Amino acid sequence: MINQQNMINRGVRRIMVGDHAVAEAVKMARVNVVSAYPITPQTLIVERLSEIIDRGELKADFIRVESEFAALASVYGASAAGARAFTATSSHGLFYMYEMLWWAAASRLPLVMAVVTRALGPPWNIHDEHTDLLAIRDSGWIIGMASSVQEAFDMTLTAFRISEDERVLLPVAVGLDGFVLSHTTEPIYIPYQEDVDAWLPPRNPKVPYVIEPGGEPVTLGNLPKSDLYHELHKAYMDESMGEAKRVITEAYNEYSKLTGRDYEPLIECYRCSDAKYLAVTMGAWSGDAEIAIDELRNEGYQVGLIRIRYIRPFPDDELLERINGVKGVIVFDRDYSMGFGGILAGELMGLVPSNVSFKGVVAGLAGVDVSPSEFQTIIRDFINNTEINGAMRVRRWWYIPNTNGGD
Amino acid sequence: MQMLISDTRELIILGRGGQGGVTAARIIVSAAAKDGKWGQAIPEFGAERRGAIVKSYARISSKPIISHSGVKKADVLLILSPNILSLVNINELMKGQDSVVIINSPTLIRTGYRTYWVDATGISEKLGLVMAGWHIVSTPMLGAFVRITGLVTLDSVISSIREFIGSGEYVKLNIEAVKMGYSMVKGD
Repeated sequence: MINQQNMINRGVRRIMVGDHAVAEAVKMARVNVVSAYPITPQTLIVERLSEIIDRGELKADFIRVESEFAALASVYGASAAGARAFTATSSHGLFYMYEMLWWAAASRLPLVMAVVTRALGPPWNIHDEHTDLLAIRDSGWIIGMASSVQEAFDMTLTAFRISEDERVLLPVAVGLDGFVLSHTTEPIYIPYQEDVDAWLPPRNPKVPYVIEPGGEPVTLGNLPKSDLYHELHKAYMDESMGEAKRVITEAYNEYSKLTGRDYEPLIECYRCSDAKYLAVTMGAWSGDAEIAIDELRNEGYQVGLIRIRYIRPFPDDELLERINGVKGVIVFDRDYSMGFGGILAGELMGLVPSNVSFKGVVAGLAGVDVSPSEFQTIIRDFINNTEINGAMRVRRWWYIPNTNGGD
Repeated sequence: MQMLISDTRELIILGRGGQGGVTAARIIVSAAAKDGKWGQAIPEFGAERRGAIVKSYARISSKPIISHSGVKKADVLLILSPNILSLVNINELMKGQDSVVIINSPTLIRTGYRTYWVDATGISEKLGLVMAGWHIVSTPMLGAFVRITGLVTLDSVISSIREFIGSGEYVKLNIEAVKMGYSMVKGD
């Protein structure tokens, strides 16, 4: 199952846009500090949170800051002081945080940040693509990407559990597609607050360490010897990323008992058991790809869909298990690395043996719509081509739909 | 090509910025949820501003909706301003000959499709439903939509209005507008 909305659900059914679902999850996580600077299409999250705090529904400090750099710096400070903290941003705002992203991750402080994905200027554009979120992939943040409004809620709530786990202690970024989820209204199930409280107790402020007046002295951001930097800090941090896979799995197992929504933790696979070909997607357009898979199955193509839920930690073993034995893999990227191609395609290609057909497709930048029938055509062409001509090895192919230069 | 689950119905609302098209799509989804169905309301963002033509979409289904791409062809097209017809080629927006047009107009306008009309502006004027200088026509249109399509119930629309639109007298007027739209819609 790619989409879990029809599972047995425990909770209250409400309709909301993706941004408000994130704000609702942050409220239910009982965060202590929210700090953010507005940027479209993220703005609805912090607007809603400021209303919630103003009404007294959440006892938290809302810090209005002068920039995204300060937004992340202030929640970083709040986390170092033992608070549960949250921020949210998009696109240029995320890039303005860039230095702080690395500080927050390598300081091993638990934090949650929503990234409402958006294109990067110039030229100026507010619409959806994943390039911004994926540009932080080397920094030490755990990175998830939701595919529905419900999942944006669920992923935000679970992020606190994952980030604060002693085996992890890394910040978590929750991605959701700008407008496509952030401003789209869908029915979702909100769990009961008492269930959430039992599942997510208040953060232990002493883990990993607390900086407080009169507290135990802690040294942070000092100048260790290079061997310590290499061995202790970085290798250990990477090890914690590995541990995070186990923690993510545990978190969703427990969450499913709470909510009835049973996500596969790192990747989900749709109609994969007998698939000879696999398509790979991430984010909200996965549902459109899933419809294409059904149509292709009706045409007789043995094809399945992998949806990536977490790209960091990189789900290599999980992907390998699925890729093993197939004849071809086609990866759809709503993002790019200039001079390279789609980012997911580049990361996955190393897992695909050279005798297996491979194609990376860059599509849908800046919110350009990709319909189920377009997915269907692209995947069908890939399979037919492979069946006739043998395995291809195309890392980057730009899909340019016929839009007459836009509307 | 029928791509979606068979009972999924797709809507396009064409209005002008300020007429309440985006809210109308959300109210329809809210009503669908109250009726035990699934739905999705998608505003088309980018050029929204007062007076400009604004498109918004909705889907209603008995099953969860997994698609997130825009609605390209409508089963039901709601037109909030009659003069939009002279600016938009609706043939590009209609799914087929069974598709329905519901239009804000005091008189019949032939579109080549099954067309229904209701004088939403007249209803809005009569009730004094004005917000920031604009007549709210979306609520009478919602009433007409319920009557013609039966996709959501009138009760669910009315209780959703209470959640979406302000409070007090203004809510009462909008509910009245829904009821008038429901009873006054006509078909060719």
